[in-house]
Amino acid sequence: MTINTEMKVRVAQIAQVADKVKRFRFERADGQPMPVFSGGAHVIVSMRDGKALRRNPYSLMSSPEDTVGYEISVLRVENSRGGSAFLHEKLKEGDELVLSQPVNLFAHDHRAKKHIMMAGGIGITPFIAMMDQMEREGAAFELHYAVRTRTHGAYWKELQQRYGKHRVKIYCDEEKLFIPVADVLANQPLGTHLYVCGPAGMINGVLGKARELGWPKQNLHSEEFLAPPPGKAFQVRLARANRTIDVAPHQSILEALEANGVEAPYLCRGGACGQCETGVVSCDGELEHNDHFLEPDDKASGKKIMICVSRIKGNAVTLDL
Amino acid sequence: MNLNFKNESFRDDYTFKNSPESIRRFPFPFNEDKYMYSVNMEPHVPAGPAGHAYNNAIDVDEHFVAEMRDRALVLKEDPLRYLALPHMMAAQWDTLELLMENQAASYPEHFTLEKNGDQWHWINRPMGIDQIFTFGDASTLPMEPLEYITRQAQGDFVIVDQRDGQLWCDAGMVTTQADWSLDFDIGMNFHEWHGPVPLAHEIGVFDRALKFLLNLQQGKPVRRLNWTMTINPRLDTSPENYHKWGPDRATVTPENVGNKVHLRCELQTLWRLPRSNAILFVVRCYLIKMEELVTVPKWARRFHRVLRDLPPELVDYKGLTRYRPTTVEWLAKFDDGQPSTPGIYPE
Repeated sequence: MTINTEMKVRVAQIAQVADKVKRFRFERADGQPMPVFSGGAHVIVSMRDGKALRRNPYSLMSSPEDTVGYEISVLRVENSRGGSAFLHEKLKEGDELVLSQPVNLFAHDHRAKKHIMMAGGIGITPFIAMMDQMEREGAAFELHYAVRTRTHGAYWKELQQRYGKHRVKIYCDEEKLFIPVADVLANQPLGTHLYVCGPAGMINGVLGKARELGWPKQNLHSEEFLAPPPGKAFQVRLARANRTIDVAPHQSILEALEANGVEAPYLCRGGACGQCETGVVSCDGELEHNDHFLEPDDKASGKKIMICVSRIKGNAVTLDL
Repeated sequence: MNLNFKNESFRDDYTFKNSPESIRRFPFPFNEDKYMYSVNMEPHVPAGPAGHAYNNAIDVDEHFVAEMRDRALVLKEDPLRYLALPHMMAAQWDTLELLMENQAASYPEHFTLEKNGDQWHWINRPMGIDQIFTFGDASTLPMEPLEYITRQAQGDFVIVDQRDGQLWCDAGMVTTQADWSLDFDIGMNFHEWHGPVPLAHEIGVFDRALKFLLNLQQGKPVRRLNWTMTINPRLDTSPENYHKWGPDRATVTPENVGNKVHLRCELQTLWRLPRSNAILFVVRCYLIKMEELVTVPKWARRFHRVLRDLPPELVDYKGLTRYRPTTVEWLAKFDDGQPSTPGIYPE
């Protein structure tokens, strides 16, 4: 017996908060309270878009203690696989969607003497909930937030008003201002933790600099949800179920399984959590590992694959499913 | 459900016993005639026949008042049975909320929780407690929130923090334990505190269990059963008090097995906590005397077979060596050799 804890919600409000960024507020259709969550948590939003069922992870940005509704902010991306285009262009106030329970893969360390957050663009969203919780818990924090232009950057004015300019610092690409990573990281008190959320290049740059400066790995945290990269079509053979399923160029293996009624475990759908790790029986082709979860040895072994973001270059892969 | 709370003891004169209803609701841990470690976790959803210990997510039974009295006695002698590292305050409030909400929802005759924003009103009638406090403000309670609520909830409680892909034992209330010590394990990680368990490491049980727990989801608690045996109905079988209970193991005779030897079952439930992202690990201890256990023919048969065929490493680790032969011999009288039916519930 499994517990179905998915929540049916109604879109209570849609607001344009910056160029290409919309905020969505969801309230439960049955009037029950939303669960309290921890800053940094995300939910999976399930969207029925015509025939397609889309399930994407989005960080929660509302106050973790707000049990009336959850809020997310979504950037309209150019080459949307469908999720951001659907949310921006088709979803209307009053429509119904399904949310998962909150899952946190980006929790702050409660032992920290101080928290430093670095956000790039839409990577700001988990930090909005985190700061709300840190402020409530009386924790010391500062935010360094890089935006392309002042009109692209969401929420920076509100955050500066709420927490003060000494704790919320804005850097605008257009004004040739960049986060002075090395200066910020130098001379922090012992027990400071660093959190980074933004594009892959930014995360790698900041974490690399921190390691160079001798920061312990345990004090560094980052989150990046990967969209499953497209590729060529291939086939998945399910060894135990004795079935063959086609994976389309813009589909992940997980999505192809779900579209064919096969239930597979998942949590983040972004290559981070490890829940969808699946055994590879054989592969006629080359595995393309796109996740952040498997160790290099595991990737090299060819025996495991994270089906939410990884695929193959070739004809067919046989999975232990 | 109106419970008749019993006046009984878990020390000195050992007046603890189970009513017939309490026997039938016992979470018997063996679903087949043999036993080996496994991760054996299942969703913690209401289950079992009416009245069973699995009916409510947080179980309160006829032993509640006596168990809370015994906990208070243990804490008086040894305050270090309650420990919480400073960074666990959010997890303490999470736990208080979870226990108060569940006990009030499942046993409204005995517990009431009223919330008005941060102003909470908690009533625990069996213990005569009526408390108004501010949720999130520890100065409005007579002690830290975790100690406060776990003095009013059955079972041991350990809160593990999740960091760096590991789980860390960073807070707890532990007074009804099967020979382990919170004071010894505090601050250890998942692999460290399971270090002494034999056989299980070799079969990879702990690596799999850790991976499973790291992804434990909010709203989807899980449970498993663990077991050992205890001589006399003693809840506090701690290493600190070994001198008080260890020697009892040499007092078992064919005449006293039925009353003295107890199967000790731990219903372990694991909950993802909302604010702290920590995991609450509840270890609820249930005791049943051999003479009570054999009133259920299926359990008599099965427990005889399990105990008779237990691997020697487990006999030794669970501390059963001295009295197992006497107990197996006694139980053999109740094993009619019939096949036993599947599942853990009485026929």
